Amino acid sequence: MGFHKINITVNGGAEEVVVPSNMTLMRMLRESLALTGTKNGCSAGECGACTVLLNGEPVNSCMVLAAECDGAEVVTVEGLADEKQLTPIQQTVINEGGVQCGFCTPGILISSYALLERNPNPSEDEIREALVGNLCRCTGYTRIIEGVKEAAKMQPPAG
Amino acid sequence: MAQTDTQTIPNLIGENAPRIDAYEKVTGAAVYADDIQFGNSLLHARIKRSPHPHALIKKINSEKALALPGVKAVVTGADFPGYIGLYLKDRHIFCRDRVRYVGDPVAGVAAVSEEIAEKALDLIEVEYEVLEPVLDPEFGAKPEAPLLHPDLGQYTVANFIFPQPGTNISNHFKIRKGDVESAWGKCAAIVERKYRVPQIQHVPIEPHVAVAKVDETGEITLWGSSQSPFAQRNLIAQSLGISQSKMRVIAPYVGGGFGCKAGVSMESLAVAIALKVKGRPVKLLLTREEEFYSAFVRQGLVSYIKMGCDEKGRLLALENAFYWDGGAYTEYGVNITRAAGYSSSGPYEIPNVKTDSYCIYTNHPVGGAMRGFGMPEMHAGLEQCIDELALQIGIDAVEFRKINCLKTGSVLVTGSKMHATGLPLCIEKTAEAIGWGKKSPPSAPNKRRGKGLALMWKAPAMPPNAGSSAWVELAEDGTVNVGVGGQEIGQGVFTVIAQMAAAALGVPYESVRIATPVDTRYSPYEWQTVASRLTWSMGNAVVNAAKDAKRQILDTVAEAWKEPAEDLDIVNGVVISYKSEKELPLKNLVVYGLPKPNGQGWWGGPVVGRGNFMPTYVTGLDAETGQGERAVVHYTTGAQAVEVEVDLDTGRVEVVKGVSTFDVGKAINPELVKAQMEGGFVQGMSSALFESLQLKDGVVRNPSFVDYRIATSADIPKRLESYIVEVAQDDGPWGARGIGEHSMVPTIPAIANAIYDAVGVRLEGPPFTAEKVYLAMLDAGIVK
Repeated sequence: MGFHKINITVNGGAEEVVVPSNMTLMRMLRESLALTGTKNGCSAGECGACTVLLNGEPVNSCMVLAAECDGAEVVTVEGLADEKQLTPIQQTVINEGGVQCGFCTPGILISSYALLERNPNPSEDEIREALVGNLCRCTGYTRIIEGVKEAAKMQPPAG
Repeated sequence: MAQTDTQTIPNLIGENAPRIDAYEKVTGAAVYADDIQFGNSLLHARIKRSPHPHALIKKINSEKALALPGVKAVVTGADFPGYIGLYLKDRHIFCRDRVRYVGDPVAGVAAVSEEIAEKALDLIEVEYEVLEPVLDPEFGAKPEAPLLHPDLGQYTVANFIFPQPGTNISNHFKIRKGDVESAWGKCAAIVERKYRVPQIQHVPIEPHVAVAKVDETGEITLWGSSQSPFAQRNLIAQSLGISQSKMRVIAPYVGGGFGCKAGVSMESLAVAIALKVKGRPVKLLLTREEEFYSAFVRQGLVSYIKMGCDEKGRLLALENAFYWDGGAYTEYGVNITRAAGYSSSGPYEIPNVKTDSYCIYTNHPVGGAMRGFGMPEMHAGLEQCIDELALQIGIDAVEFRKINCLKTGSVLVTGSKMHATGLPLCIEKTAEAIGWGKKSPPSAPNKRRGKGLALMWKAPAMPPNAGSSAWVELAEDGTVNVGVGGQEIGQGVFTVIAQMAAAALGVPYESVRIATPVDTRYSPYEWQTVASRLTWSMGNAVVNAAKDAKRQILDTVAEAWKEPAEDLDIVNGVVISYKSEKELPLKNLVVYGLPKPNGQGWWGGPVVGRGNFMPTYVTGLDAETGQGERAVVHYTTGAQAVEVEVDLDTGRVEVVKGVSTFDVGKAINPELVKAQMEGGFVQGMSSALFESLQLKDGVVRNPSFVDYRIATSADIPKRLESYIVEVAQDDGPWGARGIGEHSMVPTIPAIANAIYDAVGVRLEGPPFTAEKVYLAMLDAGIVK
């Protein structure tokens, strides 16, 4: 099996990682960089627990090969908050009670964050649509959706 | 009786304290079992599984697998002769002579990588003699069915489970109350129906994972995603014939359980493999595909229900036959069968009841506990019969339920009396919130709207003496550390426990920590995180421990201040005297004690409170009649209603509104209670509309999220309302009883009743998919 040396920016920090050809981005994050906030729910791109931002777009990191990520910029759930403060979506999902077992939470937060970046004032249907690839078995989604609505209210007005 | 007053509720009890685990979970810091780092010594395990539903193992050759570079061990059933099982010890860790379902573990491999372990599986040669399988529970119960467990009579079994050796029946639970036969003649209306509820999967988003390590002295450590660390310690130690003290289970946060991570399933495989590679941790992580067919499933049920009432709508008689598709083995199935039996009247007072509840071995995936523990399956038919009977006798379905539902003091199906219950109030609130009796217009001309309502009851189903324990200790800064053995599986129990400890001790909520992860070496004993029992049972233990700590603190201060302890209290982390009005922060005394005057020594010392709780009053039931003094600790009751819209062109059912009301005794944290109601409703709705394990010749044909659909954010009702009723539980902390599972119990029949209201069709069972609803409408001539 071949190995590749890649340079990748993860949560704002530059990393140089040697990865085998078949290693997914999810495994690289979890195993090589010990960023275990990104969760493995199915390894098949179906549950959304491993969602990360890849060059600003939400992707299932279990469906991306790490070797393809040379030069890329990745944001995981660990990169959402700065040292002092949670990002609005993290705070509002807590406030609205959208966290239960927490296993889908990292992927949900990343998908929601990406939604609010591209659409600061989503309708309820747009929120539901944005989260359709993130399965949650505990909450019934209602409080997560409320959390996204509240986060949208907290965003500074565009321009 | 509880150590708490249900009349005087302290601050924090009934308040919406923020989740104690939320910050960790939104920042990615929360540790789950698969997140623990073991470094290069970690080995990866994979399991060779049976491709046949039923076969004899003739020969296993693992030489080629062992020769593969990177393979460290191959284990088979030959290495582990012991039996394992919670209520009925009916299986080996690895199959020895016979396989009983597609996926039954035959051999295990440990290798330096998952890829090599997977490759090694292909090199293990297994020779089978294929046998006729049992693929239907009713057939399985017949004498001509092939026998799956010829040794059933030799298995160790709990004394309230009744296997029938020489058959495939692993438990037969009976209710014989009154005289059903003579009651039919007095009935003015009778409904007789058959229902079929398919197997479904729990589908936690976190797959099962276990890491086991055996050190040179033979001590075993197991890290796992577990609802039952103590039960796993006990059962695995028993199966291996070792002392429980040699087995340590460490259980961090669980990424969803719903029952499938209770008891012992794949954890024993990891332990067995680790025993062959001492000193090295071995990780077994189920693939999502394995999760669907090798993890415990919710059992299938075929139920026959006959129900009758008099001309005034009073229920007179009920006859049930339940055939549970228990699968190949029965970790929990035998007790689900029992629970469904002793709850088979539903939340109704019925003078004459005859029930036969059978757990039947089949060559299907192993049935286990799932949220509701038999109640969603049992209520699915029962609550539709209630609607049909009401219709036949000409009484409104809600009115009919009000007439017959359990009230405080009603005689239960097991002969004992119902404790204080708010069920009638739950019915009223739910009917009002859904707008019962009012038809709202559909959103399009090709759609029809309907409303349906269903009730439920459920008791914690567990051994009579399932116990809890807790400790409470304080640190130098006055913060409080609470030790518990119950698990945070998403339900919010750590938050509720922290609230209860803070309230009972008299400290701010923010100063309480929970000692995690649960570790059987350090954490106090807890039976299991199942049965919606922790708020009640572990809560009582924590309250007792906090009170013990408080007593120690106040005794010390009383001595120092020369005041009676009765005049002292702890408020907001400060010891106060109501008499002298003195004050002393806890941090000043809880570790180092208090100095006596003039250097004469010290009072007190480090504070450690301890408490436990175990119900001592549960009695057995007569094996022939199912009658007894007190079968269970309590019943949580409630109601749900839905409004659906059915598309006449496609058969698609959309739930437009859902309402839940449950009597939780006392909501310690109302928002967490409502979160359970909402999550349970959606899981129940998902099981009603989408979910079914498609079993063909014993093979699960849809083992992926693509083919096994669960509810997504796009599927949920636009309006979901939850209401809390509080009629105190006499032995619950401040009156609390459980709510975790109950919220998905009445959902299937509520939706079925609403579909009937909308388009006038009923189906044999869920899922009520568009295709099935459309075909039923076609059959009934509603669409052409």
